[in-house]
Amino acid sequence: MALVVKAFFSMKFSEQFENRFVRMLAHYPTKRSVLVPTLLYAQDETGYLSPEVIHEIAERLELTDLEVENVISYYSMLTKTPRGKYNVQVCTNIACLVRGGEELLDHCKHKLGIRNKGTTADGMFSLEEVECIGACSWAPAVQVNYDFHENLTTERMDEVLDEYRAKN
Amino acid sequence: MPDVNITVDGKKVTAPTGTLLIEACKTAGIEVPSFCYYPNLSLQGACRMCLVRVEKMPKLQTACTTVITEGMVVATDNDEIHQARKSMVELLLGNHPLDCPVCDAGGECELQDMTFSYGAAESKFIDIKNHREEQQWSPVVYFDRPRCILCYRCVRVCGEGMDVWALGVQNRGVSSIIAPNLEDHLNCEECGMCIDICPVGALTSGAYRYKTRPWEMNHVGTTCTHCGDGCKTTLGVRRSDTGMEIVRGDNRDKSGINGDFLCIKGRYAFDFANHEDRLTQPLIRKNGRLTPSTWEEAFQLIGKKFAEVRDKDGGEAIGVIGSTRTTNEENYLLQKFARVVLRTNNIDHHRTADFPAFAAVLSGKPESTATMRDVFNAPAILLIGNNPTDQHPLLAWQIRNNVRLHGARLYVVNSEPIKLRRQATIFSQIPEGAEARVAAFLGGDDSVLDALVTANSNRESWTGLRETLRGERNLVIIFGSEIRGDAVSVLMKFGGAIGAKFVCLGDYANSRGAADMGLYPDLLPGYQAVAQSGKFHEGWGDIPNAPGLNLPAMLERAKAGKLKALHVVGANPVGRLGLNPGDFSQTFVVVQDMFLTETAAIADVVLPAANAYEKSGTFTNTCGDLQIIKKAGEVTSVKSDFEMIVRIADAAGFDVSKLVPFSRGSRADMGQSRGAQSGEADQHRVWLEANGLEPKMSPFDPMAILDEIQRLVPGYDVSRINLLAGNDQHTSLSNSGRGAAHDANLIVPANNDLFSSGTLGRYSRTLNSVLENHHKNPAEAEVAAD
Repeated sequence: MALVVKAFFSMKFSEQFENRFVRMLAHYPTKRSVLVPTLLYAQDETGYLSPEVIHEIAERLELTDLEVENVISYYSMLTKTPRGKYNVQVCTNIACLVRGGEELLDHCKHKLGIRNKGTTADGMFSLEEVECIGACSWAPAVQVNYDFHENLTTERMDEVLDEYRAKN
Repeated sequence: MPDVNITVDGKKVTAPTGTLLIEACKTAGIEVPSFCYYPNLSLQGACRMCLVRVEKMPKLQTACTTVITEGMVVATDNDEIHQARKSMVELLLGNHPLDCPVCDAGGECELQDMTFSYGAAESKFIDIKNHREEQQWSPVVYFDRPRCILCYRCVRVCGEGMDVWALGVQNRGVSSIIAPNLEDHLNCEECGMCIDICPVGALTSGAYRYKTRPWEMNHVGTTCTHCGDGCKTTLGVRRSDTGMEIVRGDNRDKSGINGDFLCIKGRYAFDFANHEDRLTQPLIRKNGRLTPSTWEEAFQLIGKKFAEVRDKDGGEAIGVIGSTRTTNEENYLLQKFARVVLRTNNIDHHRTADFPAFAAVLSGKPESTATMRDVFNAPAILLIGNNPTDQHPLLAWQIRNNVRLHGARLYVVNSEPIKLRRQATIFSQIPEGAEARVAAFLGGDDSVLDALVTANSNRESWTGLRETLRGERNLVIIFGSEIRGDAVSVLMKFGGAIGAKFVCLGDYANSRGAADMGLYPDLLPGYQAVAQSGKFHEGWGDIPNAPGLNLPAMLERAKAGKLKALHVVGANPVGRLGLNPGDFSQTFVVVQDMFLTETAAIADVVLPAANAYEKSGTFTNTCGDLQIIKKAGEVTSVKSDFEMIVRIADAAGFDVSKLVPFSRGSRADMGQSRGAQSGEADQHRVWLEANGLEPKMSPFDPMAILDEIQRLVPGYDVSRINLLAGNDQHTSLSNSGRGAAHDANLIVPANNDLFSSGTLGRYSRTLNSVLENHHKNPAEAEVAAD
């Protein structure tokens, strides 16, 4: 069978990504082991894992596109669809639940006008109900991208969202 | 490895260190059920059916992932375990549709069996089942998602076993699903291994689904009729309007040389047999048109005509072309018929490998050929030329899995980056056509070195490879038809010096058999030169002792109007070589075939033939493994080539008992009646008696010719009982004749790939539908390695 090269345009990642990638490769016994961190860093840069990104990473790690997609589908933090600039992750696990996590989630839905896993029309926010984020002592907690916001109330939540909106 | 002693259900069991508990139990005859465990695939531990109680361990353990240790005491069957397994079945049935009455797997479903064994008829679950429509992933692969029990066998066999990696698992937990590599369809080798290995009816075959129930079929284990590897395939047959119809091919009988493996052709490409273009009546050319006739009329005409030409123009005016897909018995009979009845050595076939050169080197060297099983067990393999993944799928499977499971070292030398390079310890790409130079270099000729160097190899890497190979013990050297003529002996001299075993790759199901049985103008069965007919002379009487014409020479003579008759059995030279039909205007052409091929279309008489799935006999695969073929399908109104040849001989006025050694009565003349003038003893009867075999009663019994083959063809004296039992029996070439040096240009590779198979492929709907589909969805043919 002849080898057919897929005509994907080659992906451009930042220098920081490339340096990290090279460093990580040496940390693991097999290439495929570096898949999960690579996907995370790639997603940080590109917002989501497009078919082009998947193919590029699969090529680099000598995996099939399918295998990369299998891994992405396993981890809820990895996504194949574009998300908002700020991904609001509301914890509704036990500690947050008893301290008002659910109300917080409902509040966000109304405030942003989107459902769980939805994205606002302006592409600013997306909303996600998540399991424990390890901030039980300061429940209820919300994680926006990589930043934590703790001991929240609905009023405090509004402020947080406004702060992000103002940032843009 | 030292043995470990354990106790299972009170029985003492001893097994080597490292044995899995589930396997150790199996050796003691104790069945531990499982869905996800499959021998020779990576461990999954997903189904929890193999739970057993191991003393001193806190919870039930999965027998499939537990390695036995000294003194382990195990219980595999008690109330606790029974309850655990029952719960597992109950959970699986929670969403499994109970459409068993229409499911293909119904009747041979592992989940059904398990439910029967453990009973989970009452369920605590009252939820509505989550239904999904079935999906067609390729012309031959269908997926019924709700039936899937997530054992991941299909994913593993596709990736690990086939190195295709076309199936994956998406999502996790209860949302997990099996997914094909191109969103909603598959891009793969279409081998169907995933379907075969599926314990339930989640993956079903496009060729078989909804056609019949397993218990309505008879199952016939026979040898595949496609490539030269000789896989055992089990054909499911069912009564039909015209005889017995083959409705399914699989490898439920894992005892063959192929074990778990079958490729698309062995599994689905039996459908040429049911093609509507199948010839079902003898045709005779009358007033320029092929007209249906009776068998009697056809045989009488052929017999009369052949005898006429022979008596008037001599045997030299007759040509015979044999097949690479007829049985050994038919090939042997055909050349005997040509030489004894037609009195000609003008006999040839489509040569795809240089077996005569191979035999020439092996003469006097026992234990020098590798079996197909050896390829799975050898510590090291050198593969020169060919692309087994496409042309010898079983051989590729054996190589791949030898590397994966036994850590074999694989050295690949090829002009293309063939897929097996991914398993190779060393892959050396060479310029196209340089295979013979590789043989010369290995043999010590450094002058060819520069011609081998490419962008990814240099002089040092080549000398390094040669040194490495010289250090290999028990190497198996496999070579394609690129190595022919002198290169064969050069390469084998190199291998012989290090005690290597060899495999010479021929392309069709019985290419090796055609060569071994003497379908050559200058060679008798067993690569004996025609001038030295020896043993054959005793049995057959005088035969012409000058070499006859090879295929091109016969065609030349036909063109010149001097070939008066041509007998073609299961071959299509006109189509294959693109000959001008006018070349045969002076020739009386007889063709035995299944279809009206280009050759049959120009014939004077066409006889409808049975294929290898519709008759009995033996095939010799490319390694020299002799295997039985058994009659599975039946199409009324066709005849086996064997019977036709005998009938033609009879119609030509020949005493067929001199052609086929069958009995004319119950009294065997053992030679006693002639006393001292022995030497006239009926050697065949003496041999039969000595081997405990009875005389055959019918001139159409191929076993009668098998008797003669076993008696007269060196290397074929294998165990008859093992052969009949369906076991592969390796034939040896060490006592063969001296072979011959042939013009290397006479070898024309078939170049069949995974989805083509000569004439048979042209008439296989399944293969054609897969080809069309691949044409429609041209994606990359090879996926990245894992």
